[in-house]
Amino acid sequence: MAHLELRGVTRVFPATATTAAVEALGPIDLAIERGEFFALVGPSGCGKSTLLEIIAGLIGPTAGAVTLEGRTIAGEVPDGVGIVFQEDASFPWLTVRDNIAFGLRQAAGTAAETRARVDHALMLMGLADFAGAYPVQLSGGMRQRVCIARTLVQRPRLILLDEPFGALDQQTRFLMGDELIRLWRDTTATIVLITHSLDEAAMLADRVGVLSARPGRLLDVIRTPWSEQRGSGIIADPRFGAVTARLWQLLREESLRAMAAGGARP
Amino acid sequence: MTPRAVRLALVIGAVLLLEALSRLGAIDRFAMLPPSEIVWHLGRILLSAQYWPAIAKTLGNVASACAAAVVAGVVLGALIHRWRGLRETLDPLFAAYYAIPVYAFYPLFIVVFGLGDLPQVLIGFMLGLVAVIVNTLNGLDRVPRVLTKTARIHRLNALSAAIRISLPCAAPYIFTGIKLAVAYSFIGVIGAELIMARTGLGYEIGYAYNNFDNTVMYPLIVLVLAIAASVNAVFHRWEKKMLARRRA
Amino acid sequence: MSPGIHRAGNALVLVAGLLAAWQALFWQVGANALAPPLETVRFAAELIASPAFRPHAGETALAFAIALFFAVSLGFLIGFTLGASRFAAEVGEPILVGLYSIPKLTLYPIVLLAFGIGLPAKIAFGTMHGIVPIALFTMGAIRNLNPVYLKTARVQRMSRVQAARRVLLPAALPEIFTGVRIGFSLTLIGTLLGEMFAAQRGLGYLLMTAIGVHNIRMIMALTLILVCVAVTVSAVLLAIDRRLHARA
Repeated sequence: MAHLELRGVTRVFPATATTAAVEALGPIDLAIERGEFFALVGPSGCGKSTLLEIIAGLIGPTAGAVTLEGRTIAGEVPDGVGIVFQEDASFPWLTVRDNIAFGLRQAAGTAAETRARVDHALMLMGLADFAGAYPVQLSGGMRQRVCIARTLVQRPRLILLDEPFGALDQQTRFLMGDELIRLWRDTTATIVLITHSLDEAAMLADRVGVLSARPGRLLDVIRTPWSEQRGSGIIADPRFGAVTARLWQLLREESLRAMAAGGARP
Repeated sequence: MTPRAVRLALVIGAVLLLEALSRLGAIDRFAMLPPSEIVWHLGRILLSAQYWPAIAKTLGNVASACAAAVVAGVVLGALIHRWRGLRETLDPLFAAYYAIPVYAFYPLFIVVFGLGDLPQVLIGFMLGLVAVIVNTLNGLDRVPRVLTKTARIHRLNALSAAIRISLPCAAPYIFTGIKLAVAYSFIGVIGAELIMARTGLGYEIGYAYNNFDNTVMYPLIVLVLAIAASVNAVFHRWEKKMLARRRA
Repeated sequence: MSPGIHRAGNALVLVAGLLAAWQALFWQVGANALAPPLETVRFAAELIASPAFRPHAGETALAFAIALFFAVSLGFLIGFTLGASRFAAEVGEPILVGLYSIPKLTLYPIVLLAFGIGLPAKIAFGTMHGIVPIALFTMGAIRNLNPVYLKTARVQRMSRVQAARRVLLPAALPEIFTGVRIGFSLTLIGTLLGEMFAAQRGLGYLLMTAIGVHNIRMIMALTLILVCVAVTVSAVLLAIDRRLHARA
């Protein structure tokens, strides 16, 4: 059984008094295996973020179903799912440590266990020196690491990332990508990464799904030839160019179409 | 010269001017005492403990009115924020609220609740409540959507999400409402005491006025203004600090 | 459904809700404490029609109009002066904010001593209440003017007067108007309060008399009239305010 399965998932934003109904997404059929690293790319406005929120259970599909570990996700966020958003979701009124510990309040376990897990996450994300700082004192990249740490510390089995490195510069993105691979190997979670960077998708993922312009449909799923020991060094691999070329070949038309349609995010 | 220094100089200058005009007789002693004498009498009054019950009564009522307004205001604000229909219905009330002469209800309160502390506290409460509600609504409006989504990802129920995420996030704006509630509680309680109460600083000021006793009236007025201004200034500074801490 | 009709619908629901609560409260507390809505409305209508009413209403209106005139003119004067200079604004703002927050009713005896009983005292009191928010908001409007407007005026080689009239004033108008709207309500409240103490005529005086003889229906009818007038005017001003801000 696939870890995460989407069948006929469609999302239509209903008509309002001033606008017509918007077919945002779908239908999408997709099966993702446990422990897989899956990336999604597509032009602006194709519904990538909407799809992620549907998978997370934040919004419901207008048609079709999403099953996680065999159970259908219906209007509620299921257990074991973590998500890192594009925007900074750190809590400005808590320290880094308290931010990370936030989700563990309800979890079972002694105070000592909680503290150990938070310490481990701090170390893993390189935040140990900033445990007592407030998010307002950190850079954007550091704050995003706090959000990732906060997600990881709950040991989710499915991690969703919506352009988490969008606000960072290219070099930092490569380094963060390496960290993400390291975390993926450590936690053996299933990862779904949305990115607009073809390089990033090609370099990090087992498979890359390419969405068309709105309404987003899966044009193709490209499998990458990398082993688990991957990272930004893959750039040197001769096969890297072929993967990105294939991705761009699929996307070029769609991107032009999206640009003509205005390309605005819904 | 810093603005603060200039301000201080202006205030001191105004006081000195009043002093001079009083001493020179340009201001009638019947109308107003020289500032120096007012201060002297104030010291005398405070030391004599004669008016301490009145001071305690007024401050107690102000505190009650303020606390009630803040608690009720935050809770109501949070509830109204959840139900859009309710909010849309109440919106015109909030917009027009501060145009209503709330003091006009004071006689009604006395008739319904008698002549104890409750009417004054109610007036202070009524004045402060809507300020807290409106600012709580404003603060909750500004909670970034990403934090609301985070609450759902952490599978918090509505109450937990409000207490652990929405309200802390909105705290600086709620505090603006608290600051206003403090000011309005003073205005409401003391004003009501002046109009019709039988105890409290407002009442004592009115009593002194009716008895032509400037040596009590002016010091008490100065005392009320000083307390109100200082408390408000403290809260104003806290508010600024809270807002600054959120901005990088 | 257009937003205008939607809003009107909400207002109706609100009014209906308030009336229902009023009636319920009456059943709870009895005729010695409250008068029910229908009876109050009828009494109010009779009151307005009665010949004795007009002179009182006129007196209040006169006092209010003059107080508003002073509040607006002086408020603008102070606001523009302080707004024009950054240093002046930094010096003056805390003073204005402080004045805004103190219970002005406390100063009442001083006003009476200075002006005696009658129209001048009422006007003074009304002006006192309205001048500060008008000054504060005018000052804020000028200070918050987008510098690009000033630069545009200079590039167009306008004289200072032209720049003020054609560029700065329209740009600052929304915020200035908000101050005037708030000042309007507060001046009305101040004038009424003044009438409650320092008058032999006027609606506030009528209210005070009614309190004195425990005439419940009169108290409630007057309160109703005052609230209705205040809310109606406030709603009109708010509509203008909204339109000005929407344009900005």
